[in-house]
Amino acid sequence: MSAGIDLENVCCDFGTFRAVDNANVSIKPGEFFSFLGPSGCGKTTILRMVSGFIEPTQGMIRIGAKDMKGQRPNQRPTALIFQNLALFPLMPIWENIAFGLEVRGVDKATRRKKAEELLALVDLPGAADKMVSQLSGGQKQRVAIARALAVEPSVMLLDEPLSALDLKLRQHMRAELRAIQKRTGVTFIYITHDQGEALAMSDRVGVMSQGRIQQIADPREIYNNPVNGFVASFVGENNIFTGDVQQATGGMASFATPHGTFRARLGDLAGRAGKLYVRPEHTLLTATAGVENAIPVTVGDVSFEGNFITAHATSDSGAALTSELRNDGSATVPERGARMFMSFDAARAAILPDANVRA
Amino acid sequence: MQDLLRRYGPGLTIIMCLLVVFWLVMLVIVPNITLFEQSFRPYLPVTEVGGPKDTYGIGNYMKVFDGNVTSSILWIEFEIPVRVRTFLLTVWYSIVVAVLCLMLAYPLAYYMAKIVNPRSLPTLILLLFIPLWVSEVLRAFAWWIILAFKGPLNALLLTVGLIDDPIRWTNMGFTGVVIGLIYTYVLFMLFPIYNAIQSLDTNQIEAAEDLGAPWWKIHWRIVIPHAKPGIASGSVMVFMLSAGSLLVPSILGSTTSQWFTQTINETFNDALDWNTASAYAFILLFMCTLFVTLAMWLFRVKLSDIAK
Repeated sequence: MSAGIDLENVCCDFGTFRAVDNANVSIKPGEFFSFLGPSGCGKTTILRMVSGFIEPTQGMIRIGAKDMKGQRPNQRPTALIFQNLALFPLMPIWENIAFGLEVRGVDKATRRKKAEELLALVDLPGAADKMVSQLSGGQKQRVAIARALAVEPSVMLLDEPLSALDLKLRQHMRAELRAIQKRTGVTFIYITHDQGEALAMSDRVGVMSQGRIQQIADPREIYNNPVNGFVASFVGENNIFTGDVQQATGGMASFATPHGTFRARLGDLAGRAGKLYVRPEHTLLTATAGVENAIPVTVGDVSFEGNFITAHATSDSGAALTSELRNDGSATVPERGARMFMSFDAARAAILPDANVRA
Repeated sequence: MQDLLRRYGPGLTIIMCLLVVFWLVMLVIVPNITLFEQSFRPYLPVTEVGGPKDTYGIGNYMKVFDGNVTSSILWIEFEIPVRVRTFLLTVWYSIVVAVLCLMLAYPLAYYMAKIVNPRSLPTLILLLFIPLWVSEVLRAFAWWIILAFKGPLNALLLTVGLIDDPIRWTNMGFTGVVIGLIYTYVLFMLFPIYNAIQSLDTNQIEAAEDLGAPWWKIHWRIVIPHAKPGIASGSVMVFMLSAGSLLVPSILGSTTSQWFTQTINETFNDALDWNTASAYAFILLFMCTLFVTLAMWLFRVKLSDIAK
């Protein structure tokens, strides 16, 4: 059984420091939901509030429509996977996995059987009698997942569990985690600072900064239509231009910058100042100026990376810009020192406000 | 050794080494060997020492079996040699002291290691240590006053209404001795356990709680197994120190609480029979070591765990 989680106006203060500010999110049953943000943004605090180790200063947390106020971690239908996994080194693997069942008074034979089943589920058969210290990083990871699944939680909470693994294993475990989540149908809340991880695995992502949730959307929406400058620059790369909105009509606006006036989509500025964000892969480098949104630049370092070409360029006013060109086989590689024009499609550029933070 | 030489030069190194050798040989090995050798020879008038009667034997050791008394456990009466009885009671009450110390020290150690705010920890440790700066004799006498028939403890208990008549703490078997020994040695239990629990990853406690474990289960399955070397080390220390304590039983003991060290002391100082006294001392040493080894084997603790 999986359950949905609702956070309503949840705040958490540590002394005078507000770690989480007015978080509102509704996570559906069976969803893979990630909180993405830099360290110190409050994502782990949210996780610890959901698991019950921290009580919110304000607001309400509901799991499966039930208010969790005053419920200790051992009373909640959640299972947390710690960043360092926190396996019990003095118990063999099967006792680790069956610990939750032992606590619930399940007899030894059933516990052992269940542990073997879970080991098969996480693709680690035959490890039941090993000790934790005999396993590799990835294997420990699987044991931690099995241990959490053993208590048949409605919600699994994962606190950057892949951060200690090497790149290759991390990518493998991503797919594995996603597969386990689909197989079990349990609601997953995943905490990470790795945008690739969040985008690749999640049904929806909540991007956080300085205790506030900046945007909640599916990965494509987060990447293609970030609501503000923080989301735009935390998830993916950007060329950023400062300037002023001149005219706004029908969702588009012209934006005056030191490099010239550009047309772009106008985001919801809510009366605040905005900046222009253009992704490197949405730019073109051409010898002649196009119709609109062209900046004369001098090409700097160019790196040919096979499927794409990254070109660094400097505008006449000295701003460093990046262009990522797809290599379709015929693309000419720009030469260092060449005078060219960087241009972008108005529909692919956005004028966005800065991050939503407390004043 | 190389490191020592490089750091302090040959002069200081030789002095330090000689001091260590002096300490070991002159203050530990030679006195013990002398006593050990004496313990196998009979106690003779000075003129006969080295004479024909001065032969090696285990006679002194056999003296612990001299002179029976009647004793009883749970209404079963039996005859037992008086010194054996003293010895067994010493071991038994030393175990009691160790167990009570463990029960007192474990919660406090857990509190210090995992619950208390780290900023107030130094103050707490200081408060625990201050009594240690006071001489053991003074501390024992302080308890003698506290436990006196018309002393503050009885006064307090009477005022609160917990008891109707004052209790003879120090004149009631081993009560005074046990209280005094706990007070004297509880820190030897506290700090090894504190060190052990402190090295436990807090996430493991949280993980256990998250998996649904109630508090006692967390302690039984996670904290205590992790703290086992500390518990073992503290228990051995408290047991050995208690069994070997002379001062506390002398001051806080009653007419019915003979400690084996008192028997040894009386043989040394009152009977002036050093041969028999050293035999008794070695009996205490060997039997206690044997007992500790047995207990460690029973609880599956390795010596290397304790030395940590």
